[in-house]
Amino acid sequence: MNLESIQFSPGTYLAPSVDWLNANFHPLFDAITKLVEAVLGAIEAALLFLPPYGVIVIAFGLAAVLVSIRVAVITGVALAFCFLVGFWTASMQTLALVTVAVAISVLIAFPLGILASRYKKLEAAIRPVLDIMQTVPPWVYLIPAVMIFSLGRVPAIIATIVYGVPPMLRLTTLAFNQVPKDLLELGQATGASPRAILFKIEIPSATPTLVVGLNQCILLSLAMVVLAGLVGAGGLGAEVTRGLTRMEMGLGLRAGLSIVAVAILLDRLSRGALQRGRRASAA
Amino acid sequence: MKTAMNDSNEVLVDCQNVWKIFGARAPAAVKAVSERGLSKKQVLKDFDCVVGVSDASLQVCRGEIFCIMGLSGSGKSTLIRLLNRLIEPSLGKITVKGREIAKLNAAELRDMRARYIGMVFQSVALLPYRTVLENAAFGLEVRGVARDERNKTARAALEKVGLADWTARYPSELSGGMQQRVGLARALAADPEIILMDEPFSALDPLIRRQLQDEFRQLTKSLGKSAVFITHDLEEAIRIGDRIAIMKDGVIVQVGTAEDIVTKPADDYVSDFVAGISRIHLVKAHSVMRPVAEFQSAHPHSDVNALLRTSPEADIGELIDLTMQSDRDAVAVVDNGTIVGIVTTRGLLRGVAGSPTREPVAA
Repeated sequence: MNLESIQFSPGTYLAPSVDWLNANFHPLFDAITKLVEAVLGAIEAALLFLPPYGVIVIAFGLAAVLVSIRVAVITGVALAFCFLVGFWTASMQTLALVTVAVAISVLIAFPLGILASRYKKLEAAIRPVLDIMQTVPPWVYLIPAVMIFSLGRVPAIIATIVYGVPPMLRLTTLAFNQVPKDLLELGQATGASPRAILFKIEIPSATPTLVVGLNQCILLSLAMVVLAGLVGAGGLGAEVTRGLTRMEMGLGLRAGLSIVAVAILLDRLSRGALQRGRRASAA
Repeated sequence: MKTAMNDSNEVLVDCQNVWKIFGARAPAAVKAVSERGLSKKQVLKDFDCVVGVSDASLQVCRGEIFCIMGLSGSGKSTLIRLLNRLIEPSLGKITVKGREIAKLNAAELRDMRARYIGMVFQSVALLPYRTVLENAAFGLEVRGVARDERNKTARAALEKVGLADWTARYPSELSGGMQQRVGLARALAADPEIILMDEPFSALDPLIRRQLQDEFRQLTKSLGKSAVFITHDLEEAIRIGDRIAIMKDGVIVQVGTAEDIVTKPADDYVSDFVAGISRIHLVKAHSVMRPVAEFQSAHPHSDVNALLRTSPEADIGELIDLTMQSDRDAVAVVDNGTIVGIVTTRGLLRGVAGSPTREPVAA
């Protein structure tokens, strides 16, 4: 028997199933595409509606009032940098893309993470799936995503979510497992309802670790943005891709640094907002 | 300072033959215990289950401080958690304020805990992201009390424990003793009838511990609360408790007042514990005195009516003082105007040393 004939190629089974999905669930995927595009378009339009300095001033003001002066200054500097290097539109597109991707990732990962911390069997079942999601190179699941959703921002968002969910989920589970047992006992002994225990004890106690999870989710999502440029999602990723294909060092560097600026902006804002929320949960 | 509170009072907490068995095969073990009366050892051998609490019965009366003393692993922490059903009993009946708590549904149980049973933890369990005031108000907050009202109540509770100036601080800014005061204030703010104290002072240094013990006892008595107080320290139990239960391996070995336990230990285990305890303020005249007739036959020439007099509740310390003042080496114990017994120097020495209090062969 020829050894080379013994080959395991899951693709031969997967490709038809993707085709089948495409043929039978096209309206569903179409609806998802339209919904995501609409949300993204709205956020982008809102960010690009005002002139750049207007957005910078408003963002600075909001950050100063809602978070802190320090975060407001960082926000202003990061946005100003994106504007000065000439990538304002691309930066706003990326910001919209990452915000939507992170929001969806958190919506999936946060409740699942809490459930996984309560039910050990669920955690055991989820763990290998997360391992696969994190280690399979994103390019690989970009292929079926593009096949189903065609080129554009939607497959990019899907790929970003697949990448962003695992860290958030793992750290949510960890965060909830780490809530001190005596605090949970206190909640029960004081006659707090499960809901009150969740919102007044568990979530505030878990916040420091949850912040780390969100931070990882944001940074990994931004890393995916470059890849998103390859499938026509636009934004800073497209600029990086252009810099690479044209071998233009300056273009690539400016786009790369803008990504860093957006990353810092999102991280500091989300961190500040969460920590503030923690204190506020007591009031 | 200590009075017997258990004569006329209503029973607030009533535990009857309560068992708690931990382990994968606990239900089968419980069945075997209830049907065949298996012992702890047999349960461990046959079912691989650990018996946390074994056939415990106790009653806590209104206004009483009930101490449960035992070493680690004796089941005292399990027992106190059975009282507010943080742990479900395997067998037996626990009644709090006349209601059997095993039969309450989730909402009734929460209400019972929120209104009637406060709890203070060894680890204090303060929420680090809340101020002292917000921590003290936590119990009222989860009960849905409006903010102004709960802050007012919490502030009053903090005042009682001497922390009025610290309300806006965070727990990490407080010393261990102060943190435990916040824990106590949090329990008091909810105005419960019963406070469960789970080794609250064990982690504190001796001086602060003594101070908190006295404050706790004084506060509980002045507010008319009842308390179940867990400790591994017999001296603490004696300082605080009206009655003391001694636990060993999940079994309540003896229940009684401090004096009962020190003067009449139920078994060798208890007497080992009691050995190092100073009896000066524990042993009372009535347990070291000898009958008048016996004294007169030994000392035919002395006149008992000329002796200095004291009450049956006078402790050895007071008796020593009296004996020093008199030129005779005996003191008469008077109850309701009649001499009920005579305390001799010999009796005092025996009381201090802790040998059997019954009069030995004639002196």
